[in-house]
Amino acid sequence: MSMALDMGKTDRTLPKLMGLLGKLGPLLALALLVVVGALVSPTFSTTENILNVLTRSSIIGIIAIGATFVITSRGLDLSVGAMAALVAGLSVMVMNGLSASLSATLAVVLGLVAALFLGAAAGFVNGTLTVKGRVEAFIVTLGTMGIMRSLVTWLSDGGSISLDFALRGVGRPLYYGTVLGIPVPIIVFGLLAIAGELVLTRLRFGRHVAAIGSNSEVARYSAISVDKVRIATYVLQGVCVGIATLIYVPRLGAVTPSTGMLWELEAIAAVIIGGTALSGGQGRVWGTVAGVLILGVVSNILNLTDFISPHLNGAFQGAIIIVAVFLQRKRVSA
Amino acid sequence: MDQASSALLSLRGISHAFGANRVLKAVDLEVNAGEVLALAGENGAGKSTLMKIIGGYLPPQSGDVLWKQAPLPEGLRTVEDAGITLVHQEFALIPDMTVAENIHLGREPRKWGLIDRARMHRQAREALGLLNAEISPGAGLARLPVASWQIVELAKAFAARPHLLLMDEPTAVLGRDEAAALFDRIRAYTTAGGTVIFTSHRLDEVREIADRVAVLRDGQITLNKPIQDVSEHDIASAMVGREMSDLFVPRITPVVARPVLEVEGLDVPREIGAPVKDASFALYPGEILGVAGLVGAGRTEMFEGLVGLRPAHARRFALSGKDQVLPCAREAWQCGIAYLTEDRKSRGLLLDKDLLVNATLVSGALFGGARIDRRADAADFDAARARFDIRAAGPATTAGQLSGGNQQKLLLAKTLATDPQVVILDEPTRGVDIGAKSQIYRIIAKLAEQGKAVVVISSEMPELIGLAHRILVMDRGRISGVLTQPEDGQISEHEILRLGLGLENEEDAA
Repeated sequence: MSMALDMGKTDRTLPKLMGLLGKLGPLLALALLVVVGALVSPTFSTTENILNVLTRSSIIGIIAIGATFVITSRGLDLSVGAMAALVAGLSVMVMNGLSASLSATLAVVLGLVAALFLGAAAGFVNGTLTVKGRVEAFIVTLGTMGIMRSLVTWLSDGGSISLDFALRGVGRPLYYGTVLGIPVPIIVFGLLAIAGELVLTRLRFGRHVAAIGSNSEVARYSAISVDKVRIATYVLQGVCVGIATLIYVPRLGAVTPSTGMLWELEAIAAVIIGGTALSGGQGRVWGTVAGVLILGVVSNILNLTDFISPHLNGAFQGAIIIVAVFLQRKRVSA
Repeated sequence: MDQASSALLSLRGISHAFGANRVLKAVDLEVNAGEVLALAGENGAGKSTLMKIIGGYLPPQSGDVLWKQAPLPEGLRTVEDAGITLVHQEFALIPDMTVAENIHLGREPRKWGLIDRARMHRQAREALGLLNAEISPGAGLARLPVASWQIVELAKAFAARPHLLLMDEPTAVLGRDEAAALFDRIRAYTTAGGTVIFTSHRLDEVREIADRVAVLRDGQITLNKPIQDVSEHDIASAMVGREMSDLFVPRITPVVARPVLEVEGLDVPREIGAPVKDASFALYPGEILGVAGLVGAGRTEMFEGLVGLRPAHARRFALSGKDQVLPCAREAWQCGIAYLTEDRKSRGLLLDKDLLVNATLVSGALFGGARIDRRADAADFDAARARFDIRAAGPATTAGQLSGGNQQKLLLAKTLATDPQVVILDEPTRGVDIGAKSQIYRIIAKLAEQGKAVVVISSEMPELIGLAHRILVMDRGRISGVLTQPEDGQISEHEILRLGLGLENEEDAA
């Protein structure tokens, strides 16, 4: 018996190694890019630049953590960019409105709390329409994307929704502040990534998310509350968008109709590059983090060097997505 | 010899296996031009596989198919061109197209290079008229009921003017009048020189339309005679008659007790086939209730309705004597009612997940904490693996890598992990080998011994007879009778067939 098992083990060593290589693919790709960056530009490996890349990546990163859950359960949320803009715009309006009667700090805090609730509410609407209304997620979130985007344009009257100058100083540390030399956005992103990974792999909820994405019928036949879990993934996505706006609003202090444009595609791209299957069932938050950083590092390298125009950033992102999925596809069939 | 050379179609030693499951074992069969051959047999006897081989959908693993004394060319397209058309049990129609477009799909009449719509509609109307069907050629298929789909499929098949028409359960979704119209059409077609092979469960239909009947049992032909030389009893005998008694554990008579579950007036609506109407029954502790009936009789639907997996309504539902409303899917599990699906691959197991995740899915969803306790899960899985004898390399193996029998045992482990009081097993031995079958029978007997109320839905009559204390028989959505094992023997397959095949009236009249 044990003989047979041992033989089985040696037989599987090679595929196992290949599998491990494929599994760690996003991390290896990231490491490779970092080496390339360090070689082509002396500025790249400075602490300041690295922190800059991480800080800039954190907003998309936080949104992409939520997207990992949605996609793992075989859902999709195209509305996150527009949602971020609307939630940011509304929270700025709440802060401005409250600042007349409350202290600046309290106004900002309440505005940020409002952002979390608004994000959750928007996610709940997406989830409910998709799950209970039985309309495809692509259609629902394409619709809510248009609605929310145009609400931002309407609220800003085509211009911008600006935070009162009196309030700007209060929220500033959320983007520009540091703890032990590390910028706050990176800390928030890092903590959320760890939490997300634990939820997806160690909590019952995460297992149910993956089970539903793998085969929702099996989940339904296995006493899992499929509808509740699916709606919860959209709410979680909304909360992540809310958290991202907490960092975004203090950064610029204003929201325009083009805020958050194409964030949904960047977030989805990061999730896919990280090895989460678009068809659901297999998700990993650490992969998403690697995906976000890959996109951030590529863009940074193009900005730092002269031989390729930064305008080609989109082309690189596109190529990376296709190559990443291609490699993962090969791994599965091997 | 003489007859053999004149046969339109000759099958010589056709064998086919899906994995270890040998579906056809050296089948010899001949069909003459102008003949209607009925292919009868229980579910899983190999009828559909044989039809697919003749229709060119499946190449036989060994043996020869001779068509007009020459080997049948390989490939679906060439077989169709040779004049053989198969009407599937599953529809091969495009819902977004009209009836006329579907009937002419791939053979659209043309005029100056463009599709001649007027002619297409005229021809479609004619083809439907021959089946006595009042379906508008311009109607979109998507909005028509399933019986109409079957008629369109048949009209399409006849419109292709084949020499040999293969029909797999053509009347399964048809009403009486539609079936009668189909039979008229078949008579006209064979009078004009056409040949038909069809499968049916319904012996009355076989008698009505066939010239000859061939019976398949376990992949072999057990009867092949002109219809006037055989009785329905002969056909039924040829369909059954295996000795499986040694696979079963002796039944233990349950202690008389109050029912665990009672249901009265259960209705389960259905889009395809007969809805379940006014079903009433009770389940008792320590008793195995067998559920028999043809595919499509509503057995699965009745129990899926009962456990909240599909919309249903009941006049009364009671657990241990206490009335309550029908539970939803999760509530049913919480009430201690477990349902094992007949559809292992698409409803039972997460094929891409490992054994541990699968085995603990239900128990985790019902009683697991928010955090996954990996150590407890692993211990539970080890216990289940020993109890159900699941053979696999290790817990990291994915469910999809297991053999059918081991998958089924994993599904049992998952379903029984919460120690339910009512266990409903839908086709618990489908697609598993004889060894796993006997193990599963022992598990089922053990459940009853422990005082659980057990339901076994099965298409294999010997299985039901060997296991069950009582057998409930369904026919077209209704419970047509409940048979109790007699003191001095066993329920006979003929009794089940009589209730399940709608033969009751005929025998009463005789």
